[in-house]
Amino acid sequence: MKFPLSVAAIALAALMPAAEAAALQDGGDPLASARWADMAKTLLAGQPLLFDPRVKVLAPSVAENPMQVPVTVDATALPGVQEVVVFADFNPIVQVLRFFPEGASAFLGFRVKLQQSTPVRAAVRTADGVWHVGGVWVNTVGGGCTAPSAAAGSTEWQQRLNEVSGRQWSEGPNAGRLRLRIVHPMDTGLIAGTPAFHLEEITLTDAAGQRLMRVQPYEPVSENPVFTLHRAGTAGPVEARGRDNNGNAFVARIAP
Amino acid sequence: MKRLLLSFFALLAGSSGAADFDYGLKAQPLAADVYAFIGKSEDFTLANGGNIVNSGFIVAPEGVIVIDSGPSRRYGEQMRQAIAGVTARPTRLVVNTHHHPDHFLGNQAFAGLPIGALPATSQGIAADGNAFAENLFRLTGDWMKGTEVVVPNRPLSAGITEIAGRRLRLIALDGHTGADLAVYDEASGVLFAGDLVFNGRAPTTPHADLGHWLAALDRLEALTREPGFTILVPGHGAPSSDATPIRRTRAWLLWLAGSLRAAAEAGLDMNEVLARPLPPEFADLPVAASEYRRSVGHLFPAIEQAVLAGKP
Repeated sequence: MKFPLSVAAIALAALMPAAEAAALQDGGDPLASARWADMAKTLLAGQPLLFDPRVKVLAPSVAENPMQVPVTVDATALPGVQEVVVFADFNPIVQVLRFFPEGASAFLGFRVKLQQSTPVRAAVRTADGVWHVGGVWVNTVGGGCTAPSAAAGSTEWQQRLNEVSGRQWSEGPNAGRLRLRIVHPMDTGLIAGTPAFHLEEITLTDAAGQRLMRVQPYEPVSENPVFTLHRAGTAGPVEARGRDNNGNAFVARIAP
Repeated sequence: MKRLLLSFFALLAGSSGAADFDYGLKAQPLAADVYAFIGKSEDFTLANGGNIVNSGFIVAPEGVIVIDSGPSRRYGEQMRQAIAGVTARPTRLVVNTHHHPDHFLGNQAFAGLPIGALPATSQGIAADGNAFAENLFRLTGDWMKGTEVVVPNRPLSAGITEIAGRRLRLIALDGHTGADLAVYDEASGVLFAGDLVFNGRAPTTPHADLGHWLAALDRLEALTREPGFTILVPGHGAPSSDATPIRRTRAWLLWLAGSLRAAAEAGLDMNEVLARPLPPEFADLPVAASEYRRSVGHLFPAIEQAVLAGKP
């Protein structure tokens, strides 16, 4: 047997429609990336994993601007999502971000900087400890991680560092959606003379004190990050709280 | 079978064209003493070598005025040869309408001559020219061989000016880029609009300010209503004897601005904006799908930011 299914995969396959079960496999990387074995070892060390079509990673197959490649991770088809790790096999900084959906859906939209064509993947840990992996190849001209941020060209951002603008949608097809943007250069540290300077923790909490989501961005998240998520829980204002790797903290309220 | 043979010959012709790097530039007469080289309505490819742009020239009493120099050194050289086939008069001025690479990378063929541009265009060429050239090397390969950036050496400003014995109206606008120069030849009524106007091809927007661009189109359309106006030469696509390409460019920009704003107001994420279909009126427009995707990348972040910050 070339690609033996793990016990986890077999158990899951039993619960799924036949077509989806057929797509489950834990042997060969469906994206055929030479870096996959390293990724699995360093990021998901030794834990059970399987490639799972229920983890949807949406990104353009050809990214026009390597500084702002839109990525949407949708793992809402999986029950009991605890943690999501997003990574890009061939990026000089592999990890893009982690998020922990608590009161929110296992869904997050954001943008990333890519240095070259690479798989962009999400590994989703469910309550049983299994990592479910999905991803897509993104082709790009590259240079996204070693090009200076727009902020590097002026000092205007210093007055606005960590400024949050956000909005919630309570009706229409996107009811329950929340989007926010944070002013931050998100410097990768890969340009001589510019140390890594990036947001590293953002938490979103509803009016009842229920935590909706925790996001841990790394250097590859694009400058002035924009996040899209689907909240649940009590309608009302949402508090966004966070800090960067230099200890600059922020708190902001996003009105309903 | 006949069709098959024809396409076989077309293939042969195409490959031989690429092998000797001949752009096949033909000076198309527009009016007395005014000519244009009309490029293809395509994206940059290894096959077209970047000949997707319009350039032109005016044979003035005391010499030639060249409008834009094309995407490469080879283009500029072949353009100069083609001009020599029309007139023996020397080139007096090369104008770069704006700082995009397909409009100035042929400057090398005119090195040592006056090369004029708006000051912001010269600054843009000096700052970004090499990066643009690298990108064109990547897209068109050896067509670009030996191409180097030559920064304009003569600042131009708006107004009526006499060059080589010919009255030109220089119109300083912006919106496609930070500085877009339109050139109106008073004697012939030919308007070289640069990339403020596209015809039969979706406009490109990497440095666009849509509000300014729309205002610039109004200025150009007013000029086409002047009694002396005869021909509009867009930056890309066929020349026109009326303002139709201006109106079509405006329709695309208005749709783009309105649809991106509506998408941001509806809370869409960039991937969802990219996935939206084009409206039927633009379905047949060449390169519309690819330019739409690029424009989302160029323009959506600022529009989205305005919506998130509650700004108009």
